[in-house]
Amino acid sequence: MAKNKIILYALILAFTFVAPFAFPNFGTQLATLWLMITVALTWDMTGGQMGYNSLGNIFFYGTGMYVAALISIGMVYDVGDYTNAAGGGIYKFTDAQYFGGLFLGIIGAGLFCSVTAVVIGYLTFGLRGPYFAIGTLGVAIAAGELVSNWDWVGGGQGIALPVYPGDLDTGKIFFYFLFAAVGVSVFIFVKWLYGTRFGAAINAIRDDEEKADAMGIHTLRYKLYTWAMAAFFVGIAGGISAFQLIHFEPLESAYQTINLGIFMVVCVLLGGKGTLWGPVVGAILFHLFKEITWNYLLGWQWVALGALIVVTVVYFQDGVMGWLMHKRPEWFGIRVEKKVAEAAE
Amino acid sequence: MDQILGNIGLLFEFPVVNLKIVLDGIMVGALFALAAYGLALVWGVMNVKNLAQGDFVISGGYVSWWLVQHGFPPLLGVPVAFVVMWGIGWVIYKLVISRVIERDLFTSLLATFGLAIMMAQILNLLFGSDTQSVDLGYDVLYFFDGFIDVPIAKLIGVLMASALAAGVIIFMKSSRMGQAIRATAQDARAARVMGIDTEKVYAFTFSLNSAICGAAGAIIVMVWLVQPFYGISYSIRAFVIVTAAGLGNLPGVIAAGLGIGALEQYGAHIFGIGYQQAIAVMLLLLVLLVRLIQQRRNRQVLK
Repeated sequence: MAKNKIILYALILAFTFVAPFAFPNFGTQLATLWLMITVALTWDMTGGQMGYNSLGNIFFYGTGMYVAALISIGMVYDVGDYTNAAGGGIYKFTDAQYFGGLFLGIIGAGLFCSVTAVVIGYLTFGLRGPYFAIGTLGVAIAAGELVSNWDWVGGGQGIALPVYPGDLDTGKIFFYFLFAAVGVSVFIFVKWLYGTRFGAAINAIRDDEEKADAMGIHTLRYKLYTWAMAAFFVGIAGGISAFQLIHFEPLESAYQTINLGIFMVVCVLLGGKGTLWGPVVGAILFHLFKEITWNYLLGWQWVALGALIVVTVVYFQDGVMGWLMHKRPEWFGIRVEKKVAEAAE
Repeated sequence: MDQILGNIGLLFEFPVVNLKIVLDGIMVGALFALAAYGLALVWGVMNVKNLAQGDFVISGGYVSWWLVQHGFPPLLGVPVAFVVMWGIGWVIYKLVISRVIERDLFTSLLATFGLAIMMAQILNLLFGSDTQSVDLGYDVLYFFDGFIDVPIAKLIGVLMASALAAGVIIFMKSSRMGQAIRATAQDARAARVMGIDTEKVYAFTFSLNSAICGAAGAIIVMVWLVQPFYGISYSIRAFVIVTAAGLGNLPGVIAAGLGIGALEQYGAHIFGIGYQQAIAVMLLLLVLLVRLIQQRRNRQVLK
């Protein structure tokens, strides 16, 4: 690894540690930024690297939320009683119960989402192209609607989780570091993964699935593993979100198809599909755009966001990284012969 | 569970309830079929999957509602919505859709998703998030001792939807432009070679789709209600119908539309009204899975 690269990574890591203390007012926004980076990177695993554009990854986020909440509640109380608001019972969690439930819940959410990814993937990976996108979108919408009719998990009211036991600011920093840890782990994981034989195999599936199949790659197995890995991280991120938000309900915060579900795709497209840094850059740009429009264009923020989606998809589909790769190929280790370049122009 | 069984029991105890559900379903389904036909047209001709389909429908509804608020007769809303949405569809085609036709399929899906978000929000800002409807003020017909009620407004709605569908079919069959559209759908390159201006055909097809949706929306606002964020549920139903019926199969689209309308009403009756949206989506998944299994059977391998 080149020297400047090490310096770059060290700088980013240092910023990650300093950021919540340097900008205490933006603690929640910074945590959300890491969430966006996580979901964008995991979306790119299937969408960018494997060529399967899912619109339903938000399903794992919502499911992760519910699984984490149910595990942490179920360890202490009866879930049906807890979610039944009419009962009027008071439920207290000790520190040990809170943190125990939090960590077991988050891990359980990740594992559960991996398993569901394999099951759903087995049913849907036969769908190609836009049908896969529509099918997965359908799964996410259906799950939201079904959960909001399921009284045992709180129905349309959702679930209220206990508040972080320490003081408020410590809680914010705690959740920031949880999200940051997940984001950094995902980045390191995919950086390693794309360099392995596995990464080459899923790229082959993206480029030509029939040929990859003919070359002896068990395509279905690779697709399932990749989606299960992505779902694991998204489920964990969802589990953390459940505790950070304290109260969540099915349609607007858990299975938020048209919010986070579509944001992650836009992040990746904005940054550059199928590149390592693209999702990260895209998530940062998108998050900035979103926060700015939310603050200064109140009322029109959604219109601006829809316009951003349309413009990105229609006019700027290669994203920032794709554009850079075209303008400055030497940064990516691609050598362009001067004569060839001149001849091309 | 008991409630579900009770609801099913009700269907056998009073067979006339079935008739009511089927009638309601056909009325709903006729309008779904219109939106779905527009989708099939655009999908088949220019390979664009329009996720903003439902928002075109809702926009048409708001055009009609706005007219009625300003003192125009409600039935005028249908042709006006047709014309206005034609214009909006043309603008959207020129700005966005014309640039995604040649691209991969996911692009059009995502671009129209962005459009759907924009349109819903603009409607929300212009007209507020309340549900709106137009009251025609007609009577309700009763049959079987009041078991079945058929509002005349709904009958008019179904008649208008059928008239619109018939008009579009005749247009596609006999007019020069209809021929050009069908030729482009078959093979765009060959059509271009034969002197058809495919760019014009695309623009026309997309505007026509938007206009059909707008007219359907104007009918919907008379018989039910519209709300800025209801668009997605119409989009989903349009996708269910087209996926089930296939492209370029108009009788299939109509049959699937009516069938899905009826199935949804049955589902809402058996499981409760809260599940209606879920049932529509589950039907989509079911149709996709059935198609998948059919295709898997067609796949051949050397042993």
